[in-house]
Amino acid sequence: MSEKVLMKGNEALAEAAMLAGCRFFFGYPITPQTELAAYMSKHMPKREGVYLQAESEVAAINMVYGAAACGKRTMTSSSSPGISLKTEGISYLAGADLPAVIINVQRGGPGLGSIQPSQSDYWQATRAMGHGDFFLPVYAPSTVQEMADLAYAAFDVADTYRTPVVILADGMLGQMMEPVVMPAERALDDLPAKSWATDGTHGKRPHNVVNSLFLDADALNAKNRERFERYAQIERNEVRVEEYLVDDADIVVVAFGAAARIARSAINDARAKGIKVGLIRPITLWPYPKEAIAACNAQAFLVVEMNMGQMVEDVQLAVNGAAPVEFFGRAGGVIPRPDEVLAQIEALNERLGD
Amino acid sequence: MQKEIQAVLAGFGGQGTLFAGKVIAYAGLLEDREVSWFPSYGPEMRGGTANCSVTVSDEPIGSPLVTDPTAVIAMNQPSYDRFVMEARPGAVIVYDSDLIAPTDGRADLEKVGIPASKIAQDAELGKLANIVLLGKLWDKTGFCERATLDEAIRKCVPPTKPHLVESNKQALEMGMSA
Repeated sequence: MSEKVLMKGNEALAEAAMLAGCRFFFGYPITPQTELAAYMSKHMPKREGVYLQAESEVAAINMVYGAAACGKRTMTSSSSPGISLKTEGISYLAGADLPAVIINVQRGGPGLGSIQPSQSDYWQATRAMGHGDFFLPVYAPSTVQEMADLAYAAFDVADTYRTPVVILADGMLGQMMEPVVMPAERALDDLPAKSWATDGTHGKRPHNVVNSLFLDADALNAKNRERFERYAQIERNEVRVEEYLVDDADIVVVAFGAAARIARSAINDARAKGIKVGLIRPITLWPYPKEAIAACNAQAFLVVEMNMGQMVEDVQLAVNGAAPVEFFGRAGGVIPRPDEVLAQIEALNERLGD
Repeated sequence: MQKEIQAVLAGFGGQGTLFAGKVIAYAGLLEDREVSWFPSYGPEMRGGTANCSVTVSDEPIGSPLVTDPTAVIAMNQPSYDRFVMEARPGAVIVYDSDLIAPTDGRADLEKVGIPASKIAQDAELGKLANIVLLGKLWDKTGFCERATLDEAIRKCVPPTKPHLVESNKQALEMGMSA
């Protein structure tokens, strides 16, 4: 096991990606993500990989498309407005069944917004990372250790299902330092073989074609249906969720990423006051941990987010009318305080007592 | 003594508050405790001031943003004025008395001013007023074992500048005895 070190979340994402075998990084600077690209620029050459600062986000995502088509592990990273620019290319990746990892270190929006931490791209990540009929796996780390572990795992998930994968982080997780133990380095010749890659026929096989253009509607229909069978497999196999003190909970807080850390502090404080409250923390935002939420016997749910309530509908769908779903959030880059969340839990608990 | 510490270190950019915060965080890591370090990186940073929040605890850390610190190191007047008002009752406030004149009325804090800039200059320790103040904070709070602090310095000084380890350790000592 490697040594426990103190690292920024942005750096942990970069290091873990390289340990997972990523040798092609294409990016463009934007706060609060820039340390990731800076780390890549310093360390990728030492591993004989490619670090390239593209002329724009649109260029960077299309370079990712090219490297992925060649069968290489590749990644790009940005923050909210830059991700919006990349969404056309992400749709193309999904349409061409190309594995790649896309990191969003979110900031407040819409528009140029703020540069402070936010979770304002939940809808974009889980519903509409571009035009067309597709989903992609979305991971929501909550610690610097998870930034490393999920970035590392994302490459395997991307290869297994031939899909782009999103890591949805935020400025708090990107900028903060915590102790982290890095996973083991993957040998490049140990990575999954890709028979579909456009990496040269060597005169031994027909040409491979990587493309998202299907002018025949029936062919595209069939392609989409085949892809949705893979999505069904992802929903069966890849759901990740953390449960904390939910067994006897009257109130279940649902929160992901940075907001879940704050919610957890509030839950500990509420427990100390005798309130039976627990936490469901979705680690995958798609596929969503519906079953874990539906299995809760809670009298009420409280969604806590750093946005205006974008995850509320997913919780409502999982709860399916069995209990009320309330919301507390801060937007624009404001980090909620644990005592604010505690006050919401206490108020909800009082209403339940009536 | 504060074993659990929620600290804010604040000053102008270039004074080394982020570095001093990292030393506290590394000391926590070396003692295998829960640790977080979170810098200001927003508009404040662009206005020339820099601060960071550091937590060392035995429980998993929720928000890394410290909103009511138990300890503050202040290296300029605006930082002192802001964070002295946010500090928890009983908090330790260590500040550079060469640069800061306390005008707050809070009597529920332990305020310790030392002429850190002058101490560093007289000892030809360059810009190590940050570490002089850190030595004083350790003296007042004991946030880690004494030997851990030196080890944390060794971890935080860049490998390309090994000569700075000894001067940082000297600065710590001078702060402790100031």
